[in-house]
Amino acid sequence: MATRVLDQHPAHAAAHGEKTGLWSWVTTVDHKRIGILYGATAFFFFLLGGVEALLLRIQLGSPESTFLSPDTYNQLFTMHGTTMIFLAIMPLSAMFFNYLIPLQIGARDVAFPRLNAFSYWVFLLGGLFLNSSFLFGAAPDQGWFGYANLTSKQYSPGLNVDFWMLGLQILGIASLAAAVNFFVTVLNMRAPGMTLMRMPMFVWMSFITQVLLLLAFPVITVALILLMYDRFFGSNFFVPSGGGDPLLWQHLFWIFGHPEVYILILPAFGIVSEVLPVFSRKPLFGYAAMVFSGVFIAFLGFGVWSHHMFSTGMGPLADTFFALTTMLIAIPTGVKIFNWIGTMWGGSLQYRTPMLFAIGFIAMFIIGGLSGVMHSSPPADLQQTDTYFVVAHFHYVLFGGSIFGLTAGAYYWWPKMFGRLLDERLGKLHFWLMLIGFNLTFFPMHFVGLHGMPRRVYTYPEGLGFDLMNQIETAGSFVLTVAFLVFLYNIFKTSRQPRNAPADPWNGATLEWSIPSPPPEFNFAEIPTVHGRDALWEMKRQRGGQLPEPIRASGAGIHMPNPSYWPLVTAVGVLAVFVSLMVIGHTGVLGVAAAIALLFVGVYMWAYEPAG
Amino acid sequence: MTAHAHPAHLETSTGLDNRKLAIWTFIGSECMFFATLISNYLVNKGRSLVGPYPHEPWTSPAGQHFEPIFEIPLVTLGTALLLFSSLFVVLALSGAQRGDRKALLGWLAATLACGIFFVGMQVYEFTHFVHRGLGFTTNLFGSSFYTLTGFHGTHVTIGVIWLATLWIDALRGRLQPHRALNLEMAALYWHFVDVVWIIIFPVVYLIK
Amino acid sequence: MDAYATDTAHTEHSHPTAGLYFKVGLVLFVLTALEVGLYEITYGEHASSFAPTIKPLFVPLLLLLSAAKFALVAMFYMHLKQDHKLFSGVFVFPLIIAAFIIVALIILQAYHFSFSRAG
Repeated sequence: MATRVLDQHPAHAAAHGEKTGLWSWVTTVDHKRIGILYGATAFFFFLLGGVEALLLRIQLGSPESTFLSPDTYNQLFTMHGTTMIFLAIMPLSAMFFNYLIPLQIGARDVAFPRLNAFSYWVFLLGGLFLNSSFLFGAAPDQGWFGYANLTSKQYSPGLNVDFWMLGLQILGIASLAAAVNFFVTVLNMRAPGMTLMRMPMFVWMSFITQVLLLLAFPVITVALILLMYDRFFGSNFFVPSGGGDPLLWQHLFWIFGHPEVYILILPAFGIVSEVLPVFSRKPLFGYAAMVFSGVFIAFLGFGVWSHHMFSTGMGPLADTFFALTTMLIAIPTGVKIFNWIGTMWGGSLQYRTPMLFAIGFIAMFIIGGLSGVMHSSPPADLQQTDTYFVVAHFHYVLFGGSIFGLTAGAYYWWPKMFGRLLDERLGKLHFWLMLIGFNLTFFPMHFVGLHGMPRRVYTYPEGLGFDLMNQIETAGSFVLTVAFLVFLYNIFKTSRQPRNAPADPWNGATLEWSIPSPPPEFNFAEIPTVHGRDALWEMKRQRGGQLPEPIRASGAGIHMPNPSYWPLVTAVGVLAVFVSLMVIGHTGVLGVAAAIALLFVGVYMWAYEPAG
Repeated sequence: MTAHAHPAHLETSTGLDNRKLAIWTFIGSECMFFATLISNYLVNKGRSLVGPYPHEPWTSPAGQHFEPIFEIPLVTLGTALLLFSSLFVVLALSGAQRGDRKALLGWLAATLACGIFFVGMQVYEFTHFVHRGLGFTTNLFGSSFYTLTGFHGTHVTIGVIWLATLWIDALRGRLQPHRALNLEMAALYWHFVDVVWIIIFPVVYLIK
Repeated sequence: MDAYATDTAHTEHSHPTAGLYFKVGLVLFVLTALEVGLYEITYGEHASSFAPTIKPLFVPLLLLLSAAKFALVAMFYMHLKQDHKLFSGVFVFPLIIAAFIIVALIILQAYHFSFSRAG
């Protein structure tokens, strides 16, 4: 692919390596820049999803509230879920995959830099497409899981489901492309000496996540295609009157959906497995067990999906099978939790902000895991399902788990990415406010759920015993809001500091801490040779303790890929295809053909781009 | 695609080429795509409320009679041609790797001919079925059948376009042995599409 | 970031000959003929008198024949037999998951529909 040799002249080197300006960002193929793009975009969507949640909590804060109409409520809770899962957690994980995987394996970039850029642009365009639905007053309103046959044309005649259906397809393409990229990168681009069993645990968990993405997304792609055919062309895949079966949707959705939740949590597992050892000054306990439990979780994750369907009357055999597999999957998860505790045990604990979030993750994830295992019993689940007990469970694992983990990662790697350390006092304040606010919001949901409050309802009558709990939950959501304002202030305040973070502020164990903060475009002046796990601690041992602050090399003679705008053009082509399907009633097959032509132009120009 | 020689210090961890690994990874993912489409066909089997049916005759309430819709001889011919196209493309690849431009151009053209015929057969089959009363929304069988085989046919079409592009490259002398990987990637995709049909043919057409 | 291996023909083990490819092609053709032949004698217009005995074996036999074709194309045309085992792994693992999903869905839906018929 196109490459260029970095400028030999030292005076130009820094300027060349750090191209500024909008166009340089639009055409970037640098994994670090793409990571930052993912992070900024995902964080924006995360805040959007948070605002949606706040509105929901205001509505639910009092019985029979008229703050939101039922229709608006449906749109907000659907978009909250869809946004948090597809536009926040997944791309925040992608930020870390992008930024860190090449650094941690000692590579200069990913296997396919332009494909990497393509994934980002498709994600951005997909997120914008999905949210543009608000402009039409037709935001998706059928729940993030889109059960048939509520989603049929008969019961959802508007554009809401169409936006959701096509939006998810677009996002799926971004995820699949990135998954191929990172899968190949991890297998093929490790530094000399870095065997698979010497890779950082974050790389391992990310690698397993890519495998899950590759295998799970095609299933929902088909499900969404079948739904699209039902809605646009009049087939009856999920329509009972035409012979179809709404339950088929649930199966296909959850065959995707369950691996999806492991996709959401595994990167956070990886981050925590990086943070705990560094701030315990002790290697990760049970490395091999952590790898194999991760692999086992991924594999078994394809065998548990119908535990989301215990109340659909699948019969005793199916119920039993899925109950057993679900209980089984708790075991490797438990192994991880014990290993994290084992890592801290006997360590010299440094209670810095990343560590606080990592410890908070363990505690919150244990609670979420316990409620999860309670769901694994079909008879128990018959009471819990469709109540706030489930809402509590998944927020403990997704917020208490994924978000706490991702936040730990943000504080930990902020100095590497931006050359500045986030303020420690504000960080601690953020942590405590988030921990308290989170538990205030979600812990009462366990009780109110078991007392019978259904989920996905826009209000409830007074006097059923739900009132006080809901008030507490709403109060908690305001505490959370303050926590995020503190975080935003921290980011703002930090951005005004000089960019002088050291390469290795935490005494890290992995290779990214051996290069300047932020790293030069080419990452490593010289590709390192790895001699063991915790490669950087190994190197420090060899040199009697610390390593000197790395100098900013000029990168002379290092080949880096050229920037390109064809990934963006191709991404626009992808968007065009789906928009043309949306408006097929107006622009017909010709519109689709034109969009496909644009897509082809993008792909061809990309493929034949000269080597520069 | 660039044509520079492979610098020794860029050796990959597995010794395998990034792009070859990428196409196999993509193929692995596509297995799940087609598995879902095949599952959809199989779970809907026998659940159509009305005919026409694949293997049984049917008389509509209005009294119209429909023969079983499948025509095995035509589809068998298409199946055989697709199989031969896999043979032809691997011979073309061998030619590319040896620098035998005539073999490459000849066998690749034969591959394309088979692929184009297969798509043509499918288009003919679809229009014929529609004329005989099986539309996309006529019944669950029609929807499932057209979706599954239609997506397969689309994959074949994309393969034809890809291989045709490479054939033009070869004609211009741009598919030299050190760039044979480009053809190998397309060939692997092509074989995969053939292998999917190897499953679809008996499962859809032959099993009642 | 380009990292292709030099001339693939030399880095693999003994490269299959055109003769081998043709032989495999012939076998594939024969297997296809057997598939169609099996169909004809079981369900075709000229169904033989053995048809009732064959019927319970029909599906397994057919699947076996197509599995053989699948394996031949994968091993010889896609070069999995002589290539690095990683490629086989990357292909076979999803196949296993895929097979499990297909079988599970067939079983689940069969139960589901039998329940609805039973009311």
